[in-house]
Order: sequence, then structure tokens, then C-alpha cells
Amino acid sequence: MDFSYSYLVLVLPLITFLFLGLMGTRLSRKTAGVIGTAMMGVAAVIAYSVALEYFFGADQGQIVDGIRQQIIAWDLTWLEFTENLVIKVGFLLDPISAMMLIVITTVSFLVHLYSLGYMQDHEHKYEKGLQRYYAFLSLFTLSMLGLVVAPNIFQMYIFWELVGVSSYLLIGFYYTLPAAVSASKKAFIVTRFADLGFLIGILLLSFYTQTFDFITLTSNPTAAIATAGGATFMGCSVMAWALTLIFMGGAGKSAMFPLHIWLPDAMEGPTPVSALIHAATMVVAGVFLVARLFPLYCLEEGTMTVITVIGAFTAFYAAAVACVQSDIKRVLAFSTISQIAFMITSLGVARPELHEGVGYMASMFHLFTHAMFKALLFLCAGAIIHAVHSNEMSAMGGLRKYMPICNIAFLIGCLAIAGIPPFAGFFSKDEILVAAFEQNTFWGIWMMLVAGMTAFYMFRLYYKIFWWNNPDYGHHTPHDAPMTMSLPLIILSLVSIVAGLIPFGEFVSWNRADYHIHLNMTVAVSSVAVAVVAILLATKLYLKENSAPAKMANAFKGLWTAAYHRFYMDELYQFITHKIIFERVSRPLAWFDRQIVDGSLNGLANIANSASYAIRKLQSGSIQSYVYVYLIGALLLAAVTVICLI
Amino acid sequence: MDLTLLMYLIPSLIMFCCGVYGFITRKNMIAILISLELMLNAVDINFVVFNRFLFPGEMEGMFFSLFAIAIAAAETALVIAIIINVFRMAKNIDIRELTKMKF
Repeated sequence: MDFSYSYLVLVLPLITFLFLGLMGTRLSRKTAGVIGTAMMGVAAVIAYSVALEYFFGADQGQIVDGIRQQIIAWDLTWLEFTENLVIKVGFLLDPISAMMLIVITTVSFLVHLYSLGYMQDHEHKYEKGLQRYYAFLSLFTLSMLGLVVAPNIFQMYIFWELVGVSSYLLIGFYYTLPAAVSASKKAFIVTRFADLGFLIGILLLSFYTQTFDFITLTSNPTAAIATAGGATFMGCSVMAWALTLIFMGGAGKSAMFPLHIWLPDAMEGPTPVSALIHAATMVVAGVFLVARLFPLYCLEEGTMTVITVIGAFTAFYAAAVACVQSDIKRVLAFSTISQIAFMITSLGVARPELHEGVGYMASMFHLFTHAMFKALLFLCAGAIIHAVHSNEMSAMGGLRKYMPICNIAFLIGCLAIAGIPPFAGFFSKDEILVAAFEQNTFWGIWMMLVAGMTAFYMFRLYYKIFWWNNPDYGHHTPHDAPMTMSLPLIILSLVSIVAGLIPFGEFVSWNRADYHIHLNMTVAVSSVAVAVVAILLATKLYLKENSAPAKMANAFKGLWTAAYHRFYMDELYQFITHKIIFERVSRPLAWFDRQIVDGSLNGLANIANSASYAIRKLQSGSIQSYVYVYLIGALLLAAVTVICLI
Repeated sequence: MDLTLLMYLIPSLIMFCCGVYGFITRKNMIAILISLELMLNAVDINFVVFNRFLFPGEMEGMFFSLFAIAIAAAETALVIAIIINVFRMAKNIDIRELTKMKF
């Protein structure tokens, strides 16, 4: 069988979106949720069958000479401008897109299921029209799937923007809450700004290579790079610029420093949305983009260095901020930024010649495992918020007694992200560290340090929620979530435990050949040791309520405050946009526009206006005055005639 | 005493000037109509008089004034009808108040 039925994966969410979007208000909250979830379940089953058929199916030409082939399941010409400029819509199956199909549909389905519980009996006071929520979730799933299966960069760009739109809609779902509205605008504007770079990058790239097609671009990257013919701009080759600009788009979606500011604020959206979009799927779009164009990237050494430096710095920065945040969703948001940065760094340090391109495989592996355990952590956070009605850690503590399922699930998530064997995160993070050490010992040590910080802040979060103290919850005792919410937690916990054991390298590698993961014992042992030390430190500080953390915060007051305020990045943006761009640039321009451009035209209009006002009396409509004037005129003419004749 | 041309023309001129004055200054539409008729009659007199004094054998001037009188009668009927309708609509026939169709 071929893969032509794969169009269903895209069509089903589209139908759901249209149906719920148009008809949603006529359905009850529950029906809309069930329809959305059921349709997503069907789409997930189809996506699984496509992906499994691709990976394991009888040979349909998927594997030739041990290399997994890139298969175009279907390709429709959409717009044909000229012979070269053809925009197509299609479905590209290759290891990473098949893997993403699984990740997206799994997380999306579980989030749909979880939302049935979370959104239904947690009627938010700012909520209006729950039916919209499922419509938007379907739209998001559609756009994310369209993005990953795009066989050309243009289709990817279209779905890329759609992802941005649906993210905007979902962050601002509680649109009567001002914070949610401004967060959604912030997310949209920041990612849109980054997409400006992406668009320019696409234009440059396709202008020189004369194609949008990924397969054409990546199957012969050297030729593609060479098409620029050594054209340079500001000392760098045009191709390096194009790829860096494309990476800028990816950095915006993936919340890389300095375009990360939207992600923490995006937590204003409903928690399942945070799990789906801002932890597991959308934010890895940037990683996916770089991976998709990896053969091109790895020929541009400069761009790779930029990617590595940005990734490594972001990983450290976000981890440092996460260590002091007090809102649990903020901690998870910064941990997401940090983990995405791990993947980006891993791509940045990946070289085909280094250890068979381990960085690429590690990045995709981490993407996969991270999606699972981060979705798990976010869904747990949702259950906790659901139970205690607060995002602040200070309102929690000692929850292990009240919420046993959530406790275990969260602990599994923390162990996975901290990189403790045999949980999923250990294997993928270990490969990333191996890749970093292969490239440069400095990056290896750096990333290992960040991995240690990850373990520390995750366990700080865990202890603060589930141990620390025993506040009096009054008669409003927290309890474990209902089954629709607990089931996704259990499934994701199981996945987080075993996902690392998948021989991922056999499925995904930079040249799509078989790659055997072999643990580098030195790196593995040292990274586990660092993680364990960090966890012990967190245990020492946060297991029981004590004053040591507060003392430490006081001892390093400046540093602590700076980190708590995210090193004033938002304030910096505020300063740059308001004080410099708005005040110094926009305001003079607006003045020029209003006073000079509009003013001159308004002046002309005013002259015409006052002139007509002045001569208005001539056309009074009063016949008597016309006759009067006529009479005087006639008499004058008569007088003139008489005088002339005499 | 023989009647000269001028003895006809001067009353006619006075009539015409009265008509013009009345047309310009009056506010009442009926008064304006009367002024209009006054002017018309002054002109009729001129036609008849010029015909009589300058071309005694011809009749065109006479006929022309007959036509003008007939048309003036019809016109008067029409204008009175308009005035009545205006009055019904606006309860007023002051020409300065009737600005409804202006602009």
C-alpha cells in the first residue's frame, strides 16, 4: 500500500476545526469536547499507521541500500506563477517528519483528553465559549502537522504562520483577562518579528537556488550553496545570511535568546495549551526547521557557530532564571526554553564527520523524549493548579499526601528531565553531551553544567510542590484529578520511562542511515553524577521547610533579584521599544506624517474649503437676489453703452 | 391733444420698474406673482404701442400680446397651484422661509 491516505491526517483536524468553529456554539460544552477528542483520536491512529508503515512497513522503497528514503506521499500544484516559481502543497515522509507525526498526534490527543477533564469542570471565570477551545486545538494540530510534513519551504512557511496564529488564539483564550490578551499579542508580535527574518531567508535562499523544494535543496547541498556564486553581503556569503535569517525565524518560534520573552508570558493560556504548544510541539518548530535544512547548515560553519552560541547561552540563561522563579508554570516555561536550547546546541555542534553526526540524532531524540516528559510535567502542573487554584509555589507544599498519582507522575517527569537512567531524558541528553564534547570540550562542560542546573531547579520545583511544608488547605482539600486527567498522566509517565530505550538512531540520523547509539561511559557517568549532586543539593535545601534558601537568596541578593526578574530582559525590551523606538523614532515619524505629509494635503483642502466658504453667497438659491444682481448688471451695461455712444 | 409714443412708454416703464421692484423686495409669493404679471403687462403694452405707432398696417404686435396674455393666464394658474401646494406643505408662502429644497 502507498501513503496516499496520509492526506486524512491533515483533513480530519481541518474538518474538526471548521465544524466546531462554525457549529460549536450550537453544541454543548461536553459534546464539542468529545467530538474534538474523538476526531483527534482518529487522526492520531491514521498518523500512527502512516509513521509505523514508513518505519516498519514492507518495503515500499522506504529503505534503499540501508538509507531511509524521503517519500513524497502526494504533491499538488497550488499556485503556478512561472515555470520555476511553483508553489505546491504536499506530504513529505522521512524519518523526522514521521517521528514528528507521532509526537504531535500523541501529545495532541492526550491533551485533548486531558482538557475534557481540565476545561470541563474547571470553569474559569474568564472563560467564554469552550467550544472555541477545541476548534483552536484542531487548528493548531492541523498547522503543526502541515508544517512537519511540508515538502517545500513555502508550505512550511504558510503552516508556520498558521501555528503562530493558533498559538495566539489559544494564549488569548481567556480573552477577558487583560494579562492573557497582552501575552497573546506579545507572543504573536515577537514570533512575527522573527518570521520576518525567516521570510527574507526564504526569499534569498529560493532566489539563488531557484527552488522551494526541500529534497532538491538537501540532496545536493554543495550545489545549492554554490548557486549563490560566492555573492557576499557585509563580509559573509549570501547563503550564510539566508540560513542565519531562516534560523532567526526558528529562534523566534523556539524561544531562543533574545527572542524568548514571549514564552514565559504565554503561560497565561490554559495549562493544557501550554503543555501542547509551548512545551511539546510548537516550540520545537525551530529545531525541526534547522534539522530539515541540516545538510545546508552544516556547510556554513559560521551559521553553525551562531546556532551553537545562541543555543548554549540560552540554555544557561533559561536554567539560571528557572532556579528562582516562584510560579510553577514559569519554571516549566524556562525549563522548556533551556531544553529547546539543548536541542539547538546539539544541532549546532553536529557535524557529519564527528561521530557520524551524533548531534543531529541526539537533537531529534531529545525533541522526542522532551515532548513526552515536558507534556507530562505541564499536565501535572495543570492538575496541581486545578487542585489548589493557584500558580504560586507558596500556595502549595506537602501535596504528596493528597495527590499520589500526580506526585509519582511529576517525579517521573523530573527524573526524566534531570537525566537519571533509565528515564527517557538520560539517553537523549547523554547523546547531546557526547555531541558537545565531540565538537569542543568547552561546550561539553558548559552543557553538562546546564544539565546539572536543570536537575536542581526541577527538583526544587518538585520539593516545593510536594514536600516543603504542610499548609492548611482548610476544608478545600486538594485531591487527585479525575480519570480523564489522570489517564494522560499515566500514559505519559510510562512513555517517559521507556522512551529512552527506543533505539532511536536506527530510525533517525542525519544521513538517514542506521546509527547505533552506544553510550559513552565517561560522559554518561559524569553527567549522572552531576545530576545526582544537583538533586541532592535540591533535596538538602528544599525537602523540609527551612530558612536556608531564603538566606542564600539574601546572601546573593543582587544576583537573585536579577534572576527573578529574568535578568531584566523584559524591561530591556520595554525600554528599547517604548523609550527608543516609540519615543525617538516612531513619534518623530508620526509627527512628520501628521504635520508635514497630512498637513500639506489638509492645507490644500483647507484652502479650497475657505475659498468656497467665501464665495458661497454667490450661489444662494434666492431668485430675488439673482434678479437684483442681474438688474444692476444690466443697468451698468446700459450705462456703459450709453457713455460709449455719447 | 395727440397722444404720442412717449406718453404710452413712460407709464409702461413705470409699470415695469414697479414690477421689478416688487419682484425683488416682496416676500410673499403671491405678491411676487403679481409683480411678475405687472412686468409682463408692461411689456405687452410696449408691443401694442410700438405696433400701432411704428407699423400701423401690421398686426403682429397685437397678436403677440394676445398670445402673451393667454400664456400669462395659464402660467398664473400654474403658479397659483404651486403656491397652494407649497402652502399645504410648509404652512407658509414666505419666499425666504422656503429653504427645504436648498442644498
